[in-house]
Amino acid sequence: MDLTKLTIREAHEGLKNKKFTSRELTQAFLDRIKEKDREVAAYLSITEELALEQANKADKIIANSKDFPMLLGIPCAIKDNILVKYQKCTAGSRILENYIAPYNATVINKLVENGAVIIGKTNLDEFAMGVSTENSVFFTTKNPHDLERVPGGSSGGSAASVAADEAMYALGTDTGGSIRLPASFCGVVGLNPTYGAVSRYGAIAMASSLDQIGPIAKTVEDAKIIFEAISGKDPLDSTSADYIFKESSVDLKGLRIGVPKEYLAEGLDPEVEKIVKNAIVKAKEKGAEIIDISLPTTEYAIACYYIIVPSEVSSNLARYDGIKYGLSESSENLLDVYLKTRGRGFGTEVKRRILIGTYSLSSGYYDAYYKKAQEARELIKEDFKKAFEKVDVIFSPVSPIPAFKIGEKANDPLSMYLMDIYTCPVKLAGVPAISLPAGKIGNLPVGLQIIGNHFEENKILSVAAQMENMLK
Amino acid sequence: MISKEQVQHVAKLARLELTEEEIGKMQKDLSSILDYFDILKKVKGKPEKMLLKSDNVVRKDESFPENNNLAGDLILAAPDKKDGYIKVNQIL
Repeated sequence: MDLTKLTIREAHEGLKNKKFTSRELTQAFLDRIKEKDREVAAYLSITEELALEQANKADKIIANSKDFPMLLGIPCAIKDNILVKYQKCTAGSRILENYIAPYNATVINKLVENGAVIIGKTNLDEFAMGVSTENSVFFTTKNPHDLERVPGGSSGGSAASVAADEAMYALGTDTGGSIRLPASFCGVVGLNPTYGAVSRYGAIAMASSLDQIGPIAKTVEDAKIIFEAISGKDPLDSTSADYIFKESSVDLKGLRIGVPKEYLAEGLDPEVEKIVKNAIVKAKEKGAEIIDISLPTTEYAIACYYIIVPSEVSSNLARYDGIKYGLSESSENLLDVYLKTRGRGFGTEVKRRILIGTYSLSSGYYDAYYKKAQEARELIKEDFKKAFEKVDVIFSPVSPIPAFKIGEKANDPLSMYLMDIYTCPVKLAGVPAISLPAGKIGNLPVGLQIIGNHFEENKILSVAAQMENMLK
Repeated sequence: MISKEQVQHVAKLARLELTEEEIGKMQKDLSSILDYFDILKKVKGKPEKMLLKSDNVVRKDESFPENNNLAGDLILAAPDKKDGYIKVNQIL
């Protein structure tokens, strides 16, 4: 039996029935990484010592109890912008190349309480800014389905690690599509939770009004198990919501599924469109009611997003000053310490966003850019609010095209930004969405996005699980 | 098209040192991105309420006992430190 191919539930049953130990399971993944990661390059670091220690601890609990948490003894990968105590956390940046996390993120504490085994930290675009992992200063992760193509981003290492059986599941972060896009490109499941459903404490901040941590897994059920473990109110994150996830079963019969006409319009690859339409037909055959809806503010979403995000980035990344932690370029003069440390420590995309954000917030431009974007954001939220008065969930593509070739878009930042067209409006509205595999173009996976109303993860997870069965 | 001087001005505000080559590249990239933002000029109608007016969340100013070694670990991360303090250049 190849242990690395199991789902969380299957592995849990195996551990329970003493078919294998957590130590054996963990070793299987460490061996798999040694064999496979040379070509996929999903990991920035392997936390072998920590993993084996956690596995041994899990085995002791398993030996003495009949019932234990689903995640106990199960190996996982963590995106390298989420802090794991006393392990390196680089955020894919030169400026944090040697940074050791002084504490655990809340999600890590929750995983540890559940007995998780952390096997490594995964690659990402620098500070999660990108759609391909090409912005990582260390290396680009490859798509396990085609090594010449990107895995998507920014949680590309996390998605690739799960797709290549180098982790049973992974955590990622999603600010504009960074969980769903790589999940779609790599043929795995990715859940972007409602803003506030999961604590952001210990996730390295990019754009705080949008950042969310979420699971990347092999199946919808696995994603649900992880989400249940990591969600909930955290006193250390004042934007986390008083929310307890409760599973429910939604009948496809009579379910109102909205299909936004703006998401199936010009710019969408016809092959991707075919796959999404096929999923819609399947849902209809099960008795769902398909309703054409309109999200007219879609055309503003990218501009709105790429003003708000850089604005928050320019403020959030002011903390990298060469004094508190990270890279430090010494100089006689304090201003030069700032200028040199940041000039040398940040990569091109990070600099680009800091500049756009600083410009958008600066005197004389604030009204035309930042304020205008905030108004547009409210209109986008109203669009979703109106849509959810008519429908229960929304079906859409995740991205206009499947995984593109490494280097193909490297010199065109705007064409990279446009990849977020179907994923970033969800974030601006703060609603949850899941990406699940819906088909393939050649050997390239294509995801279906299911969007729900605020805190209706139960609905989208239930619908996604049924769609997963039909699309297998 | 934004000018080279504008790029330099914004970079200074953001405390970023840029090479000549970077300034040229950013001038080109920022110009095309800012042109794209013009689409927002079409936005009509004011939203009913603004996001920023949501409720404030406060907590008591208390320490978390489980984090009692945190201060030491945080100082440890600083590039330049002495006797449990972070060293900074003179500012006056």
